[in-house]
Amino acid sequence: MGEKVLMKGNEAIAEAAIRCGCRHYFGYPITPQTEIAAYMAKRMPKIGGTFLQAESEIAAINMVYGCASTGRRAMTSSSSPGISLKAEGMSYLAGADLPALIVNVQRGGPGLGGIQPSQSDYFFMTRGPGHGDFHIIVLAPATVQEMADMTRLAFELGEKYRMPAMLLADGTMGQMMEPVVLPEDTVDPETIPATKPWATTGTQMKRAHNIVNSLYLKPDELEKTNFERFERYAKLEKDECRWEEYLMDDAEVCVISVGITARVAKNAIAAARKEGIKVGMIRPITLYPFPKEPIAKAAAKVKSFLTVELNMGQMNEDVKLAIGCSKPVAMCNRVGGMIPSADEVLAAIRKEAK
Amino acid sequence: MAIVFQKPKALTDVPYHYCPGCTHGIVHRLVAEAIDALGIEGRTVGIAPVGCSVMAYDYFKCDMIEASHGRAPAVATGVKRSMPDNIVFTYQGDGDLASIGLCETVSTACRGENITIIFINNAIYGMTGGQMAPTSLIGQVTQTSPYGRDAKTQGMPIRICELLATLDAPAYLERVAVNSVAHVRQAKKAILKAFKNQVEGKGFSLVEVVSTCPTNWGLTPDKACQFVEEKMIPFYPLGCYKDRG
Repeated sequence: MGEKVLMKGNEAIAEAAIRCGCRHYFGYPITPQTEIAAYMAKRMPKIGGTFLQAESEIAAINMVYGCASTGRRAMTSSSSPGISLKAEGMSYLAGADLPALIVNVQRGGPGLGGIQPSQSDYFFMTRGPGHGDFHIIVLAPATVQEMADMTRLAFELGEKYRMPAMLLADGTMGQMMEPVVLPEDTVDPETIPATKPWATTGTQMKRAHNIVNSLYLKPDELEKTNFERFERYAKLEKDECRWEEYLMDDAEVCVISVGITARVAKNAIAAARKEGIKVGMIRPITLYPFPKEPIAKAAAKVKSFLTVELNMGQMNEDVKLAIGCSKPVAMCNRVGGMIPSADEVLAAIRKEAK
Repeated sequence: MAIVFQKPKALTDVPYHYCPGCTHGIVHRLVAEAIDALGIEGRTVGIAPVGCSVMAYDYFKCDMIEASHGRAPAVATGVKRSMPDNIVFTYQGDGDLASIGLCETVSTACRGENITIIFINNAIYGMTGGQMAPTSLIGQVTQTSPYGRDAKTQGMPIRICELLATLDAPAYLERVAVNSVAHVRQAKKAILKAFKNQVEGKGFSLVEVVSTCPTNWGLTPDKACQFVEEKMIPFYPLGCYKDRG
């Protein structure tokens, strides 16, 4: 076990990425994630890595595309409006089957919106952020520790399934400080490209040329690549769903929440339990793949569900889909950068318990 | 018997999809000859654009990456920063480099990235069927300037070499053409130099090649070469715009 340190969520991501062998960061400033760029700007030059402030979010994601093509662990980070600009690049990464890490520390929208926390990019990220049929892995941390741990997980899952992976945090997660044990620095960045025979590292005149590409002008060939990609997604959905269950054994009301609202909900659940209300929580950790199975299982036991979200009811729809609308799915939400208080969530729980 | 002429080794055997009289074939060959001459095929990574040369990745024997429209210089930056000892080039048309990707073009030049850009300027969008390009000449009839490009509503053509020459960082900027034997010879020298600069770590090098598009210009290959001489070159003067040596 490493040493416990006090760190901001954004900085924990940056340090964890370095310890996972990431030596290439390409970014563009935007609140509330800029600490990631600032941290990388300080650290990368000292360890022979690359920090590059790109001319735009679009350029940054395309630098990631180029760097990932050479088999390196590459990353970029941004916040909601910047992520809109990265959508094109994410589609190309997915179409070329390239692993890369994209961090989205969400703020309120639409448009320029605000700079306070939000979870309103949920649909945008989980449905495939860009044109075409594709998914990216989406992980939702709820602690600074998870910010660090999921950075490693995102790189590993992305490489295993050859697809981009995203840390989808809300602004609170990026800005809050908590004790964290950072991952051990065990990955040698030099050894990573060798594990990727498809990487465009130069033929060295020893093999046929590698081509990183997403263009298929013959429809039957393009269809084949789509089918093959979705076979990988099916395996991902089967094997990689992650979630946390909290007081679900005897629960009659099941709260579903992620990120900062899951933490607020935990406090509300503790207070409700004191009142004798049988309430628990399932906290999805992977948003794509969405943990449908435990939620569907819970539907057989509970009276109702309550999603607590910082959007207008986006995850709420996924819960309804997971349970085939077999139970009521209520919602407690705030938007625009507002966060529901534990009392607000408690009131919503009481309503569901009646 | 001595071999006096052969296909460059850095080209594959895949037949080009280009139209008759299109000069992409000549420029591909010049790029491959430069790669051969410097013996760098094994460590070269090329970036193909979106446009007529989108499938250039099939024609070069080195490792290749297909970029999204206009982003090739950013992709090249990502490659070069992760493998500084490799040779990285982009091959881009006028819509790709001078319109949608202008920000990437200028910013990459500004950073002085040690890469090589081959810029094909044929004053039209070829792949999509002949629309107005940022480099289309005043009065030029295209699908989207059917009455001829009008400066009042459609602006003036952009001169990339002159624009980039105002920046401090680029090492080498030259405009060449491939419409005559003499011009091809000069183009060959310029392209070789643009790659050699990178091998020697000199920094950002761009060669603009004034090219043809007989199909969308509605001209025979011969007349297209004449159009380059009489209409294109007067507006896009050939020559070296920057050479830091």
